[in-house]
Amino acid sequence: MTMTQPDVLALWKELESRVATGDRFAGLFAARAVDHNVITLSAYLATAGDVHTLEVRLPPGATGYPALTPRVGAAFWYERVIHDQFGLVPEGHPRLAPLIRPGDPLPRHVEGYGMFTIPHGPVRSGVMESIEYLVETPGEAIPHLNMRVFYKHRGVEQRFSGLTVSDGVLLAERTEGIASVAHALAFCHAVERIAGCEPPPVAGLVRVLHAELERIANHLDVAMRLADAAGLAVATARLALHKERVMRLVSRMCGSRFGRGVVVPGGVSALPRLAPAELEGEIGRLARQVRSEAAALMATSSFLDRLRGTGPLTPARARTHGALGPIGKAAGFADDHRLARPYDGYRTLPVPPARAHTAGDAMARLRVRWEEVDSSFGLLGLAAAEWAERTGDQPRASCEPADGRALGWAEAPQGEVLYDVSAAEGRIVRCHPRSASFHNLVLMHEVFAGDILTDFPFIEASFGLSIAGVAL
Amino acid sequence: MSIWVLRGLRDGVVTTRWPARPDPYADAWRGPARPLEQSERLTGITDLCPTGAITVTGGTVQVDQGRCILCGRCVAERPGVFAWSGGATGPAALTREQLVIPELPETDATIQAARARLAGRTRALRRSVHVRHVDAGSDGSEEWEIQALLGPVYDLHRLGVFITASPRHADVLLVTGAGARGMTGPLRTTYDAMPDPKVVIAAGTDAVSGGLLAGSGSVTDGVGATVPVDIWLAGSPPSPFGVLNALLIAVGYLAPDGRKPR
Repeated sequence: MTMTQPDVLALWKELESRVATGDRFAGLFAARAVDHNVITLSAYLATAGDVHTLEVRLPPGATGYPALTPRVGAAFWYERVIHDQFGLVPEGHPRLAPLIRPGDPLPRHVEGYGMFTIPHGPVRSGVMESIEYLVETPGEAIPHLNMRVFYKHRGVEQRFSGLTVSDGVLLAERTEGIASVAHALAFCHAVERIAGCEPPPVAGLVRVLHAELERIANHLDVAMRLADAAGLAVATARLALHKERVMRLVSRMCGSRFGRGVVVPGGVSALPRLAPAELEGEIGRLARQVRSEAAALMATSSFLDRLRGTGPLTPARARTHGALGPIGKAAGFADDHRLARPYDGYRTLPVPPARAHTAGDAMARLRVRWEEVDSSFGLLGLAAAEWAERTGDQPRASCEPADGRALGWAEAPQGEVLYDVSAAEGRIVRCHPRSASFHNLVLMHEVFAGDILTDFPFIEASFGLSIAGVAL
Repeated sequence: MSIWVLRGLRDGVVTTRWPARPDPYADAWRGPARPLEQSERLTGITDLCPTGAITVTGGTVQVDQGRCILCGRCVAERPGVFAWSGGATGPAALTREQLVIPELPETDATIQAARARLAGRTRALRRSVHVRHVDAGSDGSEEWEIQALLGPVYDLHRLGVFITASPRHADVLLVTGAGARGMTGPLRTTYDAMPDPKVVIAAGTDAVSGGLLAGSGSVTDGVGATVPVDIWLAGSPPSPFGVLNALLIAVGYLAPDGRKPR
């Protein structure tokens, strides 16, 4: 549902009051109309059962507008992106430094005797994505952290414009490569909404199979990095082995270790190449191995000591920011699309609700991930059993591209992925992807309450985000 | 802690024997698309490819595997003209032109020259090699596949190859990503900080040509514009075996055709 407001302040007041009464702020972006010099601001609000778009057109030739950030703090990074992309000044924004386009950074945040800055990145030790952390510290504590994500800005959003819808899926898969399936799903959901087509039930099940395997692989990756940060060599190797087994299962199903090429508008490109009984056997075996490893890890006290109380996000902050995925769930804020706004196979499969956590620390985040892995294995078993009944079905319904605009969403391992797609004559006019990584990474500013430099790798790993999805 | 000692023994040896022995998973892998010898009409086939990897010159179909993102559209739509290439290890080439198949005969001399250039440097590396990885605008999946090499299944260390934090200790620069303009400076600085002799690997279709992001304006359409690439590795992303193969070519342990050079 799209609503247009008469002016910016009216829109901001509407947003502020609806966020206060329980809706979740899910993003803000600007777009220039193709044929004239007018910029439109679109805000997303997740409500019960839907995601709404609230819009306002700025006056022609506008160079600024009153900032939303003082009213809704979660808009902090979104308004910096708008400033980067259009030069529009959000008046009253607290720190308007460049975010996704390279530019001159602002000076240090914290001043004082003995304060210095440790630049960490963009080329970092180990095999990491490029990001620069500027750690402002008097030696051990971290009173402030700055992040520069613009190094790997790739122009993904601009690249979408003009692509055919079927090429758009391929780019969506490469927007955030470790969540390829979730991004392809969110993109295809938007396209399917525009076209008014419904994938066949068997496609919904295959989509669930791939999305849940992707979730397990991502959570195993986070657990592996945490074990690595704690120097647990055997645990790191064991978790890497399980992750490799999951990725090999995915590649046996579809030919790609990341589930690429599976999700297409109208369904899936093909059914898994594995026989259902074989898939069920593999899932059962993996489930036993992973659950046993998780139990051992969560009984290793030297490991848990590093996580307990590390990088806590307060429940109040998680709620006002609308923290997504495991980061939100660990701080008592759970808004899982699979439950709240179900799609594909999740409409009929029983997704267990998240358990209540309030600690919000790295420990709670890892607990949430293991609970999600556990429920993913349950969902995989059910989806595989249901698929066994439908192996003769067509995997794909016809989905003729139509003109229009729609939002699509999916629950990635990192949390909600949103795609705002406009299409005309079979081509994408505009596509705005919003990853959970973008929405959540800014929360890294908030969680260094008394944590010191050696906690940094634990906090970063426990967030489990991908920089590719942030700088786009 | 003692539980981990026993757990470490639980599955026995899970490490691949490749390249000393063939690996069934590597052999079953599908690589980029390749053209078949064909007699079909070729109208419209260049439009099939989302990255423009397909060209037709004088009735011969060529696929630039350095642009192929393995979407499989050409194989699905025109199975008489295109097929998957086999094996997880490739394709890795010493010149950019070599990734265009079938190769044109005039590239032979340049390949010989490239081989000689690389051999001169790899002789000095011997069998203990340190690798510095730089992400120049990847989608994140390449990092996962490189990270996998450090796990027990691929175990890079058994071959004497190590990931290092400092470019001062590095012999090989392993670059991923389409060449984001923001990373041009840091990538060049890293390359300059490495001692000679050094070898550069462009890992993945994005690093080779920019992949789907080529032409976005925010990337340099591959990392070859910033650093001199010695080994071009296609794949979106390349499989761990592919990265391993490229590293072994960099060390001089393997030749690009998969054989041992000596």
